[in-house]
Amino acid sequence: MDKVMRLASEKGVVIFSKSSCCLSYAVQVLFQDLGVNPKIHEIDKDPECREIEKALMRLGCSKPVPAVFIGGKLVGSTNEVMSMHLSSSLVPLVKPYLC
Amino acid sequence: MNSTSTHFVPPRRVGIYEPLHQMGMWGDSFKSNITNGNMNTPSHIIIPNNQKLDNNLSEDTSHGTAGTPHMFDQEASTSRNPDKIQRRLAQNREAARKSRLRKKAYVQQLETSRLKLIQLEQELDRARQQGFYVGNGIDTNPLGFSETMNPGIAAFEMEYGHWVEEQNRQICELRTVLHGHVNDIELRMLVENAMKHYFELFKMKSTAAKADVFFVMSGMWKTSAERFFIWIGGFRPSDLLKVLLPHFDVLTDQQILDVCSLRQSCQQAEDALTQGMEKLQHTLADCVAAGQLGEGSYIPQVNSAMERLEALVSFVNQADHLRHETLQQMYRILTMRQAARGLLALGEYFQRLRALSSSWATRHREPT
Repeated sequence: MDKVMRLASEKGVVIFSKSSCCLSYAVQVLFQDLGVNPKIHEIDKDPECREIEKALMRLGCSKPVPAVFIGGKLVGSTNEVMSMHLSSSLVPLVKPYLC
Repeated sequence: MNSTSTHFVPPRRVGIYEPLHQMGMWGDSFKSNITNGNMNTPSHIIIPNNQKLDNNLSEDTSHGTAGTPHMFDQEASTSRNPDKIQRRLAQNREAARKSRLRKKAYVQQLETSRLKLIQLEQELDRARQQGFYVGNGIDTNPLGFSETMNPGIAAFEMEYGHWVEEQNRQICELRTVLHGHVNDIELRMLVENAMKHYFELFKMKSTAAKADVFFVMSGMWKTSAERFFIWIGGFRPSDLLKVLLPHFDVLTDQQILDVCSLRQSCQQAEDALTQGMEKLQHTLADCVAAGQLGEGSYIPQVNSAMERLEALVSFVNQADHLRHETLQQMYRILTMRQAARGLLALGEYFQRLRALSSSWATRHREPT
């Protein structure tokens, strides 16, 4: 979906979340801890919420939120972010986008 | 002739209201004694099967109806026949005597049940102290059925018991081989089995969390000392590293770097999940407290509250995923022999916590 890809490229690190999703908040906290200020899109506040959800699922996310994009590319959900961080592959990815 | 009080009657689980129907025989005064007494007894108080009593009743009365006796005959025909009156009076006296005896037997059985109940409660308290999971469902539901009879949880508890047994066996094996000579293939097999064993536990917990996430979160399936350290339904990944690291005396520079990096990223991930959980608690509290308190005990947005509780399952899964990844990374960083030593140390650490729980539970029991 064009809108999703456009939103995903708005900043170095973009997180699609929902205002009620506390796991998305946890992911946001992690990036902030790494020195990155991610752009948060609360899709439940977007009129096209359902379409965005469907588009994110089609891109390969098992759950629509949280969906993390780094440099415009989909990294995955909480699982992927955590695995990457523990295997030291997350920090190099976000390096260009540090504040 | 009188045989009720000496017969063994098999215990039967009876709803708490049943005996009161039987009580009707002996008048309201007795009934009110029961209701004013201890009504907090649980549903499965052992109350004797009253069939014996009913059988005796049908022997007594000449009315032909099994069941309620008529102590005071109200038929008008007695005025015509003095013999009949005498016989009726004798029958009444006999019925009253038998009734008193039955009442005595019933009360005796109640007393026995009461003592048994006190005994059971004491056993439960002891079991709880020792850290076994004993549900509080006995007095949560007025109908008396325990709400903790969740088959998913019962299955998990049983599987966890087996898991601990297997864990103890693996720890013994690791200790034995590390003290002797072991070839690399055998060592690799032991290490990989130990890792798989932990991963099995995470799978079991995931299934159990779907059945009852609060149960998994509470750590009620662990011993008390283990429960003290609980973080989102299990041990802290950063604690795992703290326990393991002192056991590796010789680490290469690269290993030292990797371990430091892992410690930091593990801590950061843990902190992020902790903050997510705190947010969940705050939003759930807000949800439950929404609207006017003091107007009624319903939650205005119960669906919203339920959705938040669903999120708990995701958190438990994420926490286990973090534990999984931490173990996986340690395995990657260490040599096979170091990994074996690390797994032995970790296993023994949990064994010690379990032993501590037992010691603590029995500390007041001085030998006489």
